[in-house]
Amino acid sequence: MREVNLTEKVDVCVVGAGHAGCEAALACARLGLETIIFTVSIDSVALMPCNPNIGGSSKGHLVRELDALGGEMGKNIDKTFIQSKMLNVSKGPAVHSLRAQADKAQYSRSMRKVLENQEHLTLKQAEVCELLWENIDGKTSKKIKGLKTFTGTVYECKAVILCTGTYLKARCLCGESITYTGPNGLQAANYLTDSLLSMGVEMRRFKTGTPARMDGRSIDYSKMEEQFGDEVIIPFSFSTNPDDVQIDQVSCYLTYTNETTHEIIRNNLDRSPIYAGIIEGTGPRYCPSIEDKVVKFADKERHQVFIEPEGIHTNEMYVGGMSSSLPEDVQLAMYRTVPGLENCKIVRNAYAIEYDCIDARQLYPTLRFKDILGLYSGGQFNGSSGYEEAAAQGLIAGINAAMWILGKEELILDRSEAYIGVLIDDLVTKDNFEPYRMMTSRAEYRLLLRQDNADLRLREKGYYVGLISKVQYDEVKKKKEMIKEEIFRLKNTKIGASKINQEFLLRNGSASLKTGTNLAELLCRPELNYENIKEIDPDRKTLPENVICQVEIEIKYEGYIERQMRQVKQFKKMEQKLIPEEIDYDDVPSLRLEARQKLKLFHPLSVGQASRISGVSPADISVLLVYLEQYKFKHGGN
Amino acid sequence: MESETIAAIATPLGNAGIGIIRVSGGDAVRIVDQVFINGKNKHILKNMKSHTIHYGFIIDEDKNVIDEVMVSYMKAPNSFTAEDTVEINCHGGILVMNRILELVIKNGARLATPGEFTKRAFLNGRIDLTKAEAVMDIISSKNKAALKNSISQLQGSVYEKIKSLRDEIIYEIAFIESALDDPEHISLDGYSEKLMDKITFLCKDVSTLLSRSENGRIIKEGINVVIIGKPNVGKSSLLNRLLGQDKAIVTDIAGTTRDIIEEDIRLDEINLHIIDTAGIRPTEDIIEKIGVSKSIEYASLADLIVYVMDSSIPLDENDMKIIEMIKDKKCIILFNKSDLETQFSIEDLKDIIGQNTVVIKTSTKENIGIKEFLDQIKEMFFKGDIISDDEMIITNIRHKEAFLETYDSLTKIIDSLNMGLPEDFYSIDLLNAYNSLGRIIGEQIEDDLVNEIFSKFCMGK
Repeated sequence: MREVNLTEKVDVCVVGAGHAGCEAALACARLGLETIIFTVSIDSVALMPCNPNIGGSSKGHLVRELDALGGEMGKNIDKTFIQSKMLNVSKGPAVHSLRAQADKAQYSRSMRKVLENQEHLTLKQAEVCELLWENIDGKTSKKIKGLKTFTGTVYECKAVILCTGTYLKARCLCGESITYTGPNGLQAANYLTDSLLSMGVEMRRFKTGTPARMDGRSIDYSKMEEQFGDEVIIPFSFSTNPDDVQIDQVSCYLTYTNETTHEIIRNNLDRSPIYAGIIEGTGPRYCPSIEDKVVKFADKERHQVFIEPEGIHTNEMYVGGMSSSLPEDVQLAMYRTVPGLENCKIVRNAYAIEYDCIDARQLYPTLRFKDILGLYSGGQFNGSSGYEEAAAQGLIAGINAAMWILGKEELILDRSEAYIGVLIDDLVTKDNFEPYRMMTSRAEYRLLLRQDNADLRLREKGYYVGLISKVQYDEVKKKKEMIKEEIFRLKNTKIGASKINQEFLLRNGSASLKTGTNLAELLCRPELNYENIKEIDPDRKTLPENVICQVEIEIKYEGYIERQMRQVKQFKKMEQKLIPEEIDYDDVPSLRLEARQKLKLFHPLSVGQASRISGVSPADISVLLVYLEQYKFKHGGN
Repeated sequence: MESETIAAIATPLGNAGIGIIRVSGGDAVRIVDQVFINGKNKHILKNMKSHTIHYGFIIDEDKNVIDEVMVSYMKAPNSFTAEDTVEINCHGGILVMNRILELVIKNGARLATPGEFTKRAFLNGRIDLTKAEAVMDIISSKNKAALKNSISQLQGSVYEKIKSLRDEIIYEIAFIESALDDPEHISLDGYSEKLMDKITFLCKDVSTLLSRSENGRIIKEGINVVIIGKPNVGKSSLLNRLLGQDKAIVTDIAGTTRDIIEEDIRLDEINLHIIDTAGIRPTEDIIEKIGVSKSIEYASLADLIVYVMDSSIPLDENDMKIIEMIKDKKCIILFNKSDLETQFSIEDLKDIIGQNTVVIKTSTKENIGIKEFLDQIKEMFFKGDIISDDEMIITNIRHKEAFLETYDSLTKIIDSLNMGLPEDFYSIDLLNAYNSLGRIIGEQIEDDLVNEIFSKFCMGK
């Protein structure tokens, strides 16, 4: 490495300009901190190296929450999407989830423009090679001083946010061919890992993969089922005017693998680097390669293949469902057995990628390293997967780095407040053996954490952090008020067993009334909704669509929602019992050995978090509670 | 202060004339008030003053009187736990105490976890801080014992049944969840009808387990009673009398019971685990020899030995050997075949074995003395002469509570299905059912679900 005599001073350095890095940098800059964001390629800001879409089940929730807190992803996809769909609409409101196909190039360009025009933010193309740090007063704890790039320039700063994605010591595998690059042939970052190791950070290796891209002209769409977007498009961002997103949409296409495809794969398994044992990293089970699907689900006769456009100004098509690390000749042969792909030409081969990352249990829920002041991290570096998961962490890491520098209260969302809270709590508490993907089943309180109420849940927090304006916050307050008033009105509007009312019920296939009731009671009936009871509710005011939606959900699912609220109350009690940082678990008698070791290693912040560590039993928690009580008494304080 | 109201039997079971059920927490008064009436048929607890005691009755849902009791009330913070505490002083029978505890739980209390009263007392500042370590020890040791009991006392077949029920439930949850997470790959079309069939089926299984747990049958509980004696003295016919059926082979040829026969018999609230052994006498027959040495082994492990002797033939050296063997054990001697001419008297026997030994005159053939024999067992049990494990009974209540919750959750799914609610609502209650069953076999949920989703269903891009 060269030594140049150049030193710059900033508040925050963000390493990596992917989805996590962009959110982190924007948050810090918007909060007034001088921020610099490093990337190995300025042309690859907010790159989408895998699937060409944002959102989807539970990931859509993350984007909504991010937006409510003042993040950028939702706004950016609203500007650059080419098809949009609300998934799971036939199911309950808690699992409705928005997903939009992106024009990848546009998405990247648009995000770059946002970064370039953000006050206090500088974009810099450079590989970060080393972190600079010092020990604090002879303790084992460290403090970040800055970082050094490949050219030797030093950037002094108060905080560093690592968002290195899949670039650390990256290795791409396509059959027997191995290149030491990041995604899309971009330069890997080969030095930072060593610097982190020397600081005492423990590293691990994960793996993920992506399918091939085809030349659209070589695909016969007539043999596939066309998949359209929704007729009425709902934007991701609460700040986007719905009228602005009603665009002409492009289609996706559905086709299937067959026995011949599977035969080719089975015959060539020995040439797959994963099955041949060349790949050492752990891959994600939720996005299995086609080899994995064929081996693990041998009795399935066919697998779905989604052909999705990569953008409007390109012929490239993404082949969803067929990621692979088989050699090129096998890939081509297997793709060509799929109806519609008989004459396909591959533009980019499918490949698997290995990279260095961390076990996020080295972090606090603020996403700061436990014993390194000023060092934060987010995204795939933390062992997650997916653009949305990355962006959500990037935002939280950015906010908390800023809050710490500004001396304000840090932002920790808990499991009952947001999917983002579930995501981060899982990452920093649980044993993860593969890249972590958000799933609705991971959220215990999902009836409360709906995508439709993310603004009601989180705008206030975004306002206190400083990323949401007073005007936006007031809007949400007003919305809350309207919802409350309308629910009250419906509950107190009496409906008698009059002839008109009975006749209305009969017409709508609903049981007749024996005694009087109110509008809210009627709304609970599955066959009735806010729209059709209008007839017997002449006094109603015209309300915005999003208010009506909340009123209807809260009334229809009131029983379930109340049940979850009670569970949340119990949950919160344990979350609020904090564990002093200096506690020595060796002093706690009667803890089982395994629990003692785990607690010593991970130092949970609260008794609630401790209870979720695998290997810590309810009895251990009881013991800990008693000890903490004694501790509190001995050491005063609370 | 924790708000959940907890309840448990506060006195040792089985050997006292009086038992106490303690209810602690904000809802204690409301809960006990629902099951308690005074002499004038009135629910009066709501208005009672702290530190007063009231006479009355515990009644069940159908207003049947369960027991005559005294109920005392200690208002927070002036109680052991520093919470509102109500104590029900009842008669010490296990059945009665169980019933009362169940009623209290049914009305909203939760069964206390091991050491929980002590823990609450401590956390609410009632116990000196210097005793914290003792409290922690109590919690962890009680927990160990309870866990061991909870699992080890489950019959093998029940354990397997619960495991397979859980497997079926988590499969359904995983299916629903994978479809929610990946709606384009996995479809839920027509699933409701399938699930309805499945749940109806599961409901039946759980209610069978529930009724078995009500009879106390799912636990390998009970007193180990071993019947011993020489060949052909009437051991097997005694067992048959007890069972009311001809299961053991009874013949006139000495030594027909070569294998050990085990049976469970319920005697009011006591479970007897009866082992009918081979006759004890020196033998050359190899098979019989095994039976005999087994008899001796079983006798050494017994909570109660029933020594059956044939009073129509004189005592011999085999009898002396047996008497030597049972000398220091809890035993009842049956002076059998008393319908025939006796060769020695009960007094003769007591002179040899000790005056305090219980000897009952019986004829298994003529059904004489069997009732006295059973009454004797009950008396010994309730006096505490025969020890039974407290935890065991508590365990059974825990199991029952968990089965009830499981059943309740399954019923809620049927309701949701009937109301046409969307699929994601089913998985909430399915997960509750899964967790309730898990508590019985001491298994945690952790990552079961995520693993199941990925192993059973093919998802993803």
